[in-house]
Amino acid sequence: MAFVEVAGLVKTFERRQALWGRPSLIRAVDGVSFTIDEGETFGLVGESGCGKTTTARCLLRLVEPTAGSFRLRGEEVFGLPAARLRRLRRDMQMVFQDPGSSLNPRMTAGAIVEEGLVIHALGSPAERRERVRELLDLVGLDTGAASRYPREFSGGQRQRIGIARALALRPAFLVADEPVSALDLSVQAQVVNLLMDLQQRFGLTLLLVAHDLRLVRHLCTRVAVMHRGRIVETGSAGTVFRTPAHPYTRALVSASAGLEPVTSIQP
Amino acid sequence: MNDDRAPVLEVRGLTTEFGAGREGARPPVRAVDGVSFDIARGEILALAGESGSGKSVTALSIVRLVPPPGRITAGRVRLEGLDLLALDERELQRIRGSRIGFVFQEPMTALNPSFTVGDQVAEVLQVHGIATGAAARARAVELLDAVRIPEPAHRARDFPHQLSGGMRQRVLIAAAVACRPALVIADEPTTALDATVQAEILDLLTSMRREFGLSLLLITHDPAIVARVADRVAVMYAGRIVETGPARGVLASPLHPYTRGLLASLPGPVPGARLEAIPGAAPDLAALPPGCAFAPRCPERRSACDASRPAAVIVSPGHEARCFLHGGAA
Repeated sequence: MAFVEVAGLVKTFERRQALWGRPSLIRAVDGVSFTIDEGETFGLVGESGCGKTTTARCLLRLVEPTAGSFRLRGEEVFGLPAARLRRLRRDMQMVFQDPGSSLNPRMTAGAIVEEGLVIHALGSPAERRERVRELLDLVGLDTGAASRYPREFSGGQRQRIGIARALALRPAFLVADEPVSALDLSVQAQVVNLLMDLQQRFGLTLLLVAHDLRLVRHLCTRVAVMHRGRIVETGSAGTVFRTPAHPYTRALVSASAGLEPVTSIQP
Repeated sequence: MNDDRAPVLEVRGLTTEFGAGREGARPPVRAVDGVSFDIARGEILALAGESGSGKSVTALSIVRLVPPPGRITAGRVRLEGLDLLALDERELQRIRGSRIGFVFQEPMTALNPSFTVGDQVAEVLQVHGIATGAAARARAVELLDAVRIPEPAHRARDFPHQLSGGMRQRVLIAAAVACRPALVIADEPTTALDATVQAEILDLLTSMRREFGLSLLLITHDPAIVARVADRVAVMYAGRIVETGPARGVLASPLHPYTRGLLASLPGPVPGARLEAIPGAAPDLAALPPGCAFAPRCPERRSACDASRPAAVIVSPGHEARCFLHGGAA
């Protein structure tokens, strides 16, 4: 039994072309299946509109899937009643792409990180404050950070707050949707290193959703390539990127390959 | 001016400031601080830097389109020998679009949603008195063909929303080269596009350089794009150019610790290896240190770096850096 088992995931959206027109159905995710082993980093790659973010959001039930099954440690997540789902949400958390818009600007960094603990009624106020201090330290922010607001932080620091929030409930499964693509190049490496450290330290199972093949190849053991709502190829990262089998993967790899001759350069 | 060896664009000591009036307590922020570079005929120069480094404001300053309260406070900009900062607004209007073309990051916002793309390309020709009426429309179709838009006569009648992002970017490129400008300024022209489309647009820009004999100022944050298309690169940090040189040379043996750090921080050939991150974040332009702006994050920092700003040091032909590592310390 794999730690994460996704089978036949479908998500359709209605689109109405004209006010009185018959709505048409868009299959944003069209029968997606994959498994992730415990402690593994799995990459879901593809271009904009391919359905990778919708897939990730379905797993956390931030959008309701139309059909399919998702088992976490063997337990079916889709169709769980609200109370059970709430309990399970502690086990799976998400890091969002844009640390600017995914943090509430009216809450301090401390309150943002603490919120999950409050919602799940974990610990006394003193214990929670201690846990927040621990988490901020873990992601490389100083203790004073707890009382500051998101706007007072740089983009990289905000993403650290987002990561601390995601880790507050000690999740086993972390979904990171383009965690560094909104960051300046010179701070991307810091956040990539942080993610690798945390994954090792806590044995996290990580689903990385990204368009940047260079990043995915660096972080992931296995990858799935999505195109128009479907997975067109799955395999070990080395194999998929060295010898892509599907024509779409080949196009994607060759487009990015031409764009990355700098990787072999040692200053 | 007709000398092929004379640079098409010459920028000297360009300085653009934002904010703070005479009575203002805070000093103005220098978004562009003494920037100098040349672009030769037919050359592609990449102006590379992160957000806030001043690369886009530099591009806007060249054509005097800096939005207020920004203003150019010093420097000189010459296009084919013509002093752009000395022209009056009417003369400058004639230059923009005819001698200098533009390609912006987001083609959807750069195109007018209520006109067909053919009309928008034709309009450029009309405004600059190159062609009118049916001749302009026919020339527009030829230009759409030149940027490899399939079935250009049909597509000319499409509105921007009917085209994909990549096709819209091709339309913008057609409009930019319509008057056969000497220089095209492309500001992150592929950032909004997917990787497969990005590669096509970059290839198109390089072939347009040959076909239309133009020079290109390419603004980018991505070292991979520099590697793919640029002849030379100028790296900006905190409003200043810290390194200039042949693209190959800069990527293979970067001189400035910022350029070195940036290239070293990219994921390399060993999956899962710890990346060599640059500590800290880009500085606040309103509170720059008196010396080198990169000093607080620099692994090579020494006392001279905090005392004064390093001057440009030529290390090899055409390759220079503003860093005391390479000399120039008092």
